[in-house]
Amino acid sequence: MYLVCVLAILGAMGMALTRSLMGPTVFDRVLAANSFGTLTVLILSVLGILTRGPNFLDLALLYALINFLATLAVLKFFEYGDLGRRVDASVGGGVS
Amino acid sequence: MSLLSDVLSWALILGGCFFILVGALGLLRMPDVFTRLHAHGVIDTMGAGMILGGLMFQTGLGLVTFKLVLVLVLVWFSSPISTYALARAALKSGEEPYWNEELEIPETARIPGGGGAAMGEEEP
Repeated sequence: MYLVCVLAILGAMGMALTRSLMGPTVFDRVLAANSFGTLTVLILSVLGILTRGPNFLDLALLYALINFLATLAVLKFFEYGDLGRRVDASVGGGVS
Repeated sequence: MSLLSDVLSWALILGGCFFILVGALGLLRMPDVFTRLHAHGVIDTMGAGMILGGLMFQTGLGLVTFKLVLVLVLVWFSSPISTYALARAALKSGEEPYWNEELEIPETARIPGGGGAAMGEEEP
């Protein structure tokens, strides 16, 4: 049963990878990478419960955090052109 | 009791697998960025929630379940933020939302300016 779940997640990861390879715009690729990261968190959790090695859950937790930060950093880069510039509050309240 | 929690957990995990596959298929087949964001939301909300919920029924109370709850909370908080930032960045960079020209829209529900492009006017 866990195997069915792992296979389903792997199939979904393949579809997300396909979209990130053929995505027309850069936002498609960022979106596909983001959902690939979410699926990685899920497959780490399932494998951690399956192999009775709960250390995998720490990896999943860390991976969720890094995934979130990476998405925001890449988006900020493509929206403003660089990462180091200060963004004034009237323009970038949501992203920064 | 054990049988009940087993059945419940497998139902949740299989439902989560279904939602993940549907979301990934939508990610592959939808016509533009904003509709693909919708499919991505299916993976993040229903897929992750149901699979991690099913795993919680398997592990019982303890540290492992607490970590699963932490993963779920992190995914559920970070996903809307990154989705919002992605949609905002795509809209600001001039991405046009998909619009079906043959769609019949009643006069009262029409957005001034016509089409999905009027959504850009709401930006500050």
